[in-house]
Amino acid sequence: MEQKTTINAEDGKQELVITREFDLPLELLFTAYVEPEIVEQWMGTKVLKLESKKHGSYRFETTDAQGNVVFQANGVIHEFVPNRKITRTFEMENTPFGVQLEFLEFDKLTDDTSKLNMHIVYRSVALRDQLLKLPFAQGINMAHDRLQDIVSKLK
Amino acid sequence: MNLRRDVFQAIADPTRRAILLLVASQSMTAGAIASNFDTARPTVSKHLQILTECELLEQEQNGREIHYHLNPKRIKEIADFIEPFRKLWDDRFNKLETIMKKYKSKK
Repeated sequence: MEQKTTINAEDGKQELVITREFDLPLELLFTAYVEPEIVEQWMGTKVLKLESKKHGSYRFETTDAQGNVVFQANGVIHEFVPNRKITRTFEMENTPFGVQLEFLEFDKLTDDTSKLNMHIVYRSVALRDQLLKLPFAQGINMAHDRLQDIVSKLK
Repeated sequence: MNLRRDVFQAIADPTRRAILLLVASQSMTAGAIASNFDTARPTVSKHLQILTECELLEQEQNGREIHYHLNPKRIKEIADFIEPFRKLWDDRFNKLETIMKKYKSKK
């Protein structure tokens, strides 16, 4: 089966491209990036601020059930062209990853389908590779934690 | 998995990546591989040794010659390391699609 979301990360480059085709009209896809309450739903984080305009900024925050902040991110919007493109920075706070530059391009395919092209530029190749491996490493850690759980119950 | 060398370290080297590309289409002897590079023969041998240790390359005895070829299983493992990252975005976008389909019908 063809994958709807593809990642193109060339060796030795400090950038990557995420592409996705949506079963949605272009306007709806773009709305999902603009309306804070919708962004909250699909990104799984609270949106503290989202000014969808040139020179606007945004802030995301995620807290766990106990109210501890587990994720904070922010960025500035450099370019905002409705139904066309968003150019913005993204930075996870309190992490060593630093800021990344994101070029989001929205394209109409048919009346009911659209495409997103997300070009991300990192400060260095090493940082990009580290971020790429993050979910992979987290997956391994989770598997490891589960294993520890099971093992400790066996004792 | 207890390997003497890290696979990602192995593919971080441009010469080693070039070797992998070279043998991707056909199995080759060390001599044939080395003839494609300006680097000294022992250097190429060292690269082949590292790639073999990480099981990215496999050796095959053909009469008096040793041929090197890719180990597709190991190559796939490297390709797979990006998969959780892709999956993360795929899940997010699937959610976005579902939410917006409902949003559309509400309007």
